[in-house]
Parts: sequence; structure tokens; C-alpha cells
Amino acid sequence: MPDRELAVTQRSQAQLVARRFRRHRLAVVSLAVLLALVLLAFVGGWLWKYSVVDLTSDESVPPSWDHPFGTDAAGHDTFAQVLRGTQISIGIAVLGALVATVVGTVWGATAGYYGGRLDTVMMRIADLVLTLPFLAVAAVLGHNVGGSWWLIAAVIAGLYWAYVARVARGVVLSLREKEFVEAARAIGAGDARIIFRHLVPNAFGSIIVNATVLVAIAILLETALSYLGFGVRPPDTSLGLLVSDAQTAVDTRPWLFFFPGLFIILIALTINFIGDGLRDALDPQQTRVRR
Amino acid sequence: MIPHPNGIPRPHGTQQPVLEVRNLVKHFPARGRGLARRRAGEVHAVCDVSFDLYPRETLGLVGESGCGKTTTARVLLNLQPATAGHVHYQGTELTQLSRKAMQRLRRELQIVFQDPYAALDPRLPVNEIIAEPLRIHGLYDSSGRADVRELLGLVGLRPEHGNRYPHEFSGGQRQRIGIARALALRPKVLVLDEPVSALDVSIQAGVLNLLADLQAQLGLSYLFVSHDLSVVRHIADRIAVMYLGRIVEIATSDELFSAPAHPYTQALISAIPLPDPRKERARERIILTGDVGNPADPPSGCRFRTRCPLFAEHLSDPQRHRCTTEIPALIDHTQTHRSACHHTELSRSPALSGLSVVTGDDLPRSARSTRGPEGR
Amino acid sequence: MTPVLEVADLRVEFRTDEGRVPAVRGVSFQLSRGEVLGIVGESGSGKSVTSLAMMGLLTGSSQVAGSVRLGDTELLGASDKELSRVRGQSIAMIFQDPMTSLNPVYPIGYQIVEAIRAHHDITRDAARSQAQRLLGVVSIPNPSERMNNYPHELSGGMRQRVVIAIAMANGPEVIIADEPTTALDVTVQAQILEALHTARVQTGAAMLLITHDLGVIAGQADRVLVMYAGRVVEAGTVEEIFYAPQMPYTLGLLGSQPRLDLRRQRLHPISGAPPSALHLPPGCPFAPRCPLAAPVCEADEPPLVATGTGGHLSACHFSDQLVGVAPGDLFRPISQDTPL
Repeated sequence: MPDRELAVTQRSQAQLVARRFRRHRLAVVSLAVLLALVLLAFVGGWLWKYSVVDLTSDESVPPSWDHPFGTDAAGHDTFAQVLRGTQISIGIAVLGALVATVVGTVWGATAGYYGGRLDTVMMRIADLVLTLPFLAVAAVLGHNVGGSWWLIAAVIAGLYWAYVARVARGVVLSLREKEFVEAARAIGAGDARIIFRHLVPNAFGSIIVNATVLVAIAILLETALSYLGFGVRPPDTSLGLLVSDAQTAVDTRPWLFFFPGLFIILIALTINFIGDGLRDALDPQQTRVRR
Repeated sequence: MIPHPNGIPRPHGTQQPVLEVRNLVKHFPARGRGLARRRAGEVHAVCDVSFDLYPRETLGLVGESGCGKTTTARVLLNLQPATAGHVHYQGTELTQLSRKAMQRLRRELQIVFQDPYAALDPRLPVNEIIAEPLRIHGLYDSSGRADVRELLGLVGLRPEHGNRYPHEFSGGQRQRIGIARALALRPKVLVLDEPVSALDVSIQAGVLNLLADLQAQLGLSYLFVSHDLSVVRHIADRIAVMYLGRIVEIATSDELFSAPAHPYTQALISAIPLPDPRKERARERIILTGDVGNPADPPSGCRFRTRCPLFAEHLSDPQRHRCTTEIPALIDHTQTHRSACHHTELSRSPALSGLSVVTGDDLPRSARSTRGPEGR
Repeated sequence: MTPVLEVADLRVEFRTDEGRVPAVRGVSFQLSRGEVLGIVGESGSGKSVTSLAMMGLLTGSSQVAGSVRLGDTELLGASDKELSRVRGQSIAMIFQDPMTSLNPVYPIGYQIVEAIRAHHDITRDAARSQAQRLLGVVSIPNPSERMNNYPHELSGGMRQRVVIAIAMANGPEVIIADEPTTALDVTVQAQILEALHTARVQTGAAMLLITHDLGVIAGQADRVLVMYAGRVVEAGTVEEIFYAPQMPYTLGLLGSQPRLDLRRQRLHPISGAPPSALHLPPGCPFAPRCPLAAPVCEADEPPLVATGTGGHLSACHFSDQLVGVAPGDLFRPISQDTPL
């Protein structure tokens, strides 16, 4: 395959997707806001004069030039705290969603492709995971494995892969009846080749959209866990933990509650809108040119 | 070669067939409606089908929807397991082959699908689609790119087409891509499953010409599955007509159209409108009553009897009794012409009006005397 | 003879993401009492859009212009109320998929009775016996039992007969049949064509028969319109169209058709593919595929004009060169996709 030529045509298909995505204004705005937030959290947090552990002499001051988001009772700069919290929350969400998506896709595609008894067994296992009370299990696991952000990501992935598997299986079930799958079999393709070269790429649209929804769900789940005290532990922090710590200060020092809350809402909302935009942009029904 | 119980006509003298199909049977479990989806009997899609395919010949397999022609094609390629029967390809019994062994044989037996929109993976560029069989069989080497380019040229496409995606092509071009993929492994037998049914007439003609050229050039044997008798007449050397899972008539193309022996074949031919106003309006048509029977519960005896005009109007009760109780076997009319009707002497008799009209003189005479659609 | 239906300069445009798509570009014709007018064309030629636009059945992003007159009534721009009065009573429609016209939750007898009573003030019993008679006319066996069947209990051919019975119910002046047999097997197609013929003879209706099948046109139509890229490119009697076509596209279609009645011969395909309505070439839309194409064809789109004899119209700059020409004289028996 001539790489240069392939690159050209692939870009042209990506361009089609990009063009349709750009038409979804809310998604474009959301993408810009999310990118700004990520940039702010990861670059801004590094540049900002206070770090998450710094204790300043200003205690419980409202937002000012020196402390844009104010400070808490111990003198922590809330801006620095929120930036660090955003880093952790996004990290957990993205890693959790990624692992859940990969595991779920392979699981669901395999079950859907082979069908029959294997499908039944695999999907009953997934159903079992789906019936677990998410928050309770996550709380127990989070409590026992404790603290570190990637373990929380793993807990989230461990609970949500089954959800992805259901989606992937559904898509593969409809795809495997397509003639191009039979055509692949007719030229002698093995099962692995059919699954990973033909079925999964064609299910990619649905899967990526689900992944964005998962990221949003994971942000909220992490928030809930940390709020309940089973997530990230001090001195490190996350958006959920910040909200949790500030719950008693809602009336007296609203900035402690307001800013992390705003960030949670912004991240979850923008990711959902981006997911909507992606779904429309990747929809093959819209790819079809009228002839 | 394996013997056939009735002996199969040998249109090619002593030549050995490339593919021998014997008593092929395929049943599907029929499931009831509703939540339980209990097994509710079996759909008899293919029943006791036997035929030979000779080198460099085109055998047309025709019939209406649900007659089992497509299932026959898939079963003989082992894309679906046979319920019973044999498929011999050059001394190898395909129905018993392991998956691995079958995958090796797929180099020799290839298929082109009906729907060019569905049969190509929309996410792969055309070069990759055509290269895939080569890669799977470890044949894609340093000359791989050149091979793909040659295949594109072979099916009448240009090399630069290879970098595009299937959705950028018209239906006819997509079907050419499907043909190129099937030819990549240099097969000997090509099963064509309704290859032009999804195409407009002006496009379909180019693909039919291409198939004829490829056969002459590469020495291929075609099994051409189609519901369109005009297309099959155009391309096939011999034709097998199927009805509800059984072959009811098999003959050379000329014999089938000049002297169809089975009442179903006669009705089928008479039902096809001719694109020629004067001839079309001068014809008398056999209008069959009713619909094709249910393959899950086929009529006893002769499966066509429920729609057969001969059965309905011209048979005595004892004759009818035979139709309802006894499955008609394929019997010889000539070396190359066989049909499965208990009362062929009646169905072929020109004295019976209604049946003789299309079969008698009309078609062969017009075939001799006219040259083109202008037909003046 | 006064036409029952008169279509003048019908134009349909769709608005899509890619731009405006002109699907029908100025179609005009008249349908006389009792006549069968065939419209033949390949996919994307605009033949089906024409029929939908006439009946006000296009929705959403389409713009329709021109005039469609049924007797003294202008249908384009008519109110929904007026259109529903016309549909079913004066004009009946039969589509490729009978389920478009049948309601899956009611027995077919009920649906025919409702169709009759929507336009006639008669008792349910009278309507019922008429419905039974109509089912008999379209050769449905045991009409009285079939009346209680639901659409899903019938085969495709039976359903299409029910649709034809409904179409006949109110003695329409015009029956529009859009690919009525395309989804059916040939032996069933023969039955349906027969039923359509009976329906037409019994009601005296004129028929607009839209199909891609040249054989169906040859057997059924009195006059024929050939459509290509949203326009009528040739119009004439069925004999003129089949025996003396004056437009290269028509000739090419005839040369591409494998024939049941002729011994195996080389086909003469038309090279290339129809243009996308989104990117029509500037001149004649057939020019890129036409063996006769000259510079004038790429510059000017030829109008549909009389070719000398009677009502035979053709849209070709060189139609006079086609007299007595066979497809094989003009088109080459190629197998490539495009001429190399």
C-alpha cells in the first residue's frame, strides 16, 4: 500500500467527518471549552504561583486578584486546588472510559460474532456486572484499595465495561449479517480478522460516542465517590473531594463550593455535547451521497 | 467421478466436471413467533439437488424468491453447512472438509455477491479490499501492489480508483470491485449470486460483457444464480430451473427456451415481458394462480402441483393422484435435457392450448429471424 | 380530446447539506382519458419524484414548482383538505411496496370499506359487498374469507392486489402506478399486470405507469416518456420509442437489454454512469456517455422538440442522425467501465 496515497484518501474521509462535526455548533463550542479547561488544568496548574499543597497566610478570603477562586480555612488557594482536581478527575475519567471501552468492545464483539452458547455465557456475565449496585460496589472497592487515582479509574472501568459490551454486541450482531462479512469469509478470512479488521472498525462510530458518554459518567461517578469519602484522599484532591469538603461552607464561603461544582458541570456537559456531535458526524447515513 | 443414481447428462462429451453436486439438502430450523421462539419445524430450503459444472461453462441456476437457488450456492461453497449430500470439487469432498482445509480451497472457489453496496467493507479503500484475499493467503508480496493494479485493469477500472472508498463508486463500479476481489486468488470456479440484479440496465450490460470476457480470458466456470431469465438466457450455456428447493428442469439454454418441458418453466418463460411491443402484445401468457408454497410445509408429491395449470385443468383424477403422492424424478428428454414432471407427454404436447403458445413456435422463430431491438 | 391530467413544467428541488439538488427539471405531459402513459428511466432519473410531487406527497426539504391540473383543479399548492379529496377519489396511487398503502392493524376488508365510505355516502353493508366484489375482480380467491385477513397474513402479490382493489374503489379518473411490480417475482408480476389491466378497463381510468422495466412498458403503455437526469429526453408512442428511437439514450437502453427472445448476442452498454443531480454537466446531461456528443452538446442542453412525425419528441441535437440506426451501430460492445 502506498502510504502517501492512503494518507491522502484517509484524510479526505476524516475531512468529511470533520465537516459534519463543525456543522454541529454546540459540539464545536463544547470542544473549545473543554480544550480550554484541559489546557488550563494541565498547563495553568503548572504555571500558577500556588500549588495544591501550598498554605498561604490568607485564610478564607473571597475571590480576589491574588486568589481568583478565594481560599479555604486552612489557607489553600482554591484556584490551585480546582486545577489539580480537574487534572485528577479528567485523568480518572479518561483512563476509566478507555479501559472500559477496549475491554467492553472486545468482549461484546466476540460474543456478538460467535453467537450461540458463547454469546449467552458472555452476556450473562456482563448482565451480572450490570446488576451490581454501582455506587455501593465502587464505594467498597474504593475504600479497600484506597486512594490512588488510577485504582479508582480501574474500579470505574471494571463496572462499566459491561455496558460497552452490550452496545458493541448489538452493533456487531447487525453488522455480522452484512454481506461484506460473508465476503470476507468467502475469501478465507479467519474469525479474528473478521472481528478486528471488519466488524470493530465499522462499529467504531457507536463505540466512540459511547466512550464520550462514559467519560462524562466517570467524572460524575468519581465525584460521587470522592464526595462520599471513598475516592481520592487528601492531600491530593479531585473535583468531587473539593465539593465534598465545601459542603458545610455553602452559606458562608460559597466560592469553595461554586467553582469546583462549575467545573464538574462544564466538563460533563461539554463532553456530552461533543458525543452528540460525533454521533451525527460519524453516522454513515449522513455519509451517503445522494445519487 | 461419482456415479449419479439417474446419470447426469454430459453435455461436454467425456469431459470431467469441475464441480459435482449430488443430492444436496439444506434445512433451516424454523422458529415460531413470539417470546419463546420455539423450534417450529424445518424450512426445506434445498432438497435433493444434483448437477455438474463443467470447465469453462456457465450454468444458470434460476427460480423465484424462496426457491433455494442462493442457499444452494452458499452451501456448495461451504459458507453454510449442508444438511446432507455431497459436493465434489476435483476429487475433494467439500461438505466434510475441516475449516482450515476449506480455507485453502477458497482460492479455487470464489463468489460474487448480489448487493455491491453491502458486500464491500465501507471502511477500507478499494486497494485494500482487493488485496485482502492475497494477504490472507500469504500471496501479497513485493509485487502485491502491481497485482492489485492489474486486477483493477482486468475488471475495467483505472489504477487511481484503488485509493478511493466504496461509497465513492457507482453500483456498477462496486460490482466490478467485487469481481476483482473474487478473481484475486485466480479461482477456477466463480459463483455469481445475482451479480447484476441490483444494477440499472445500462450498467448491467457492461458487467455482463465483462463476465463473458473474463470467462474467455481466464477459463473460468460460472455458476450464475439469478431470478432474471433474460439475463440467464444471455449468459448461460445450460440452465437449471428451481422451484421450492428442487430442480424441476435442466437443459441447454437453447433447449430450455425452444422446448421447455416442465409446466413451471413454461409459465416462467411466458411471464417475462419482452421489450418489444409487437411481440409482447401478440403473446399469450400463462398466468399462474396463487403464490409459491411455503418451504416450511411444502406440498406433498410434486411441489408445483398447487399452481400447476396442467394439474388444475388437464389431468384425470388418477393422474392427479400421482402428482400428490409421488415426487417426480428428473427424466431424460434428450442427452442434455431433463425435467421432473409426471405428465411431460401432456405438458409438451402442442395440442394443449395455453401451454403451447410460448413454447411452440414463437420464441425460436423470432430468435432466428430478428437481429436487434428495432426488429423491423 | 381533453386531457384528464396535465402536467406543465414541473420542477422539484431538494435542499441538502451538499447544496440544491434539482431532481426534476421541467417535466410536461398530458394524460388522455383511458390512456396508459409509461414513464421509463433508471434510478435517479426523477421518475418517481415526479409522481410524488404531482400528488403533493413530497415532504421536508423539497421545493415544487410548475403546474399539475386534474380537469379544472390545480393540484400544486392545493390545500391538504382538497388534496385528500382528490387522492383516493379522482387519483389512486399504487406503490412498489403495498405496505405503504395498507394499515397493518386493520383487516383488509375494513380498509376497502373505509376507502369506499370516505368518498361515498353508502351503508356499511353496501360498501362491504362492493369490497367483496372488488377483491373478486382482482382475482383474490375466496374474497369473503379474505376480507377478515390482516395485511401481514397475505403474500406480497396478494397485498398488491388489495391495493389495486382499493384504487378501484372510487372509480378514479387516473391511476398512478409507481413500480407496482418491481418487488415481485415474475409469475406474480404477470398476475398483477393482469389485475391492473382489469382495474383500468373496469374503471375507464387513465394510467401513469412508472417503471424501469422496458418489457413492462412494451406490453402495457400506449405512449412512453423516457426520463434521464430529471428531464423527459424522449416522448412518443410505444412503437416510436421501441422501433424508431430518436435519442441516443433510448437507443442505448434498448441495446443494453438482454433479450429472452433473441439468441445470445453481445450487449451494447452505455459507458459511464448517470450524472449526480448535484453535479450536472452544463450541456446535455447525456453528453458524457453519448457516442454522438459534439462540442454543441457540452454547451447547450437540447430542448425537447418534435422530430417531424406527429407527437414524437426528442431532446437531442442530432436526432435526425438516428433514423434507422440500431444500438450496435452507435454503441460499442465494451466491457470497461468507461472508455479508456
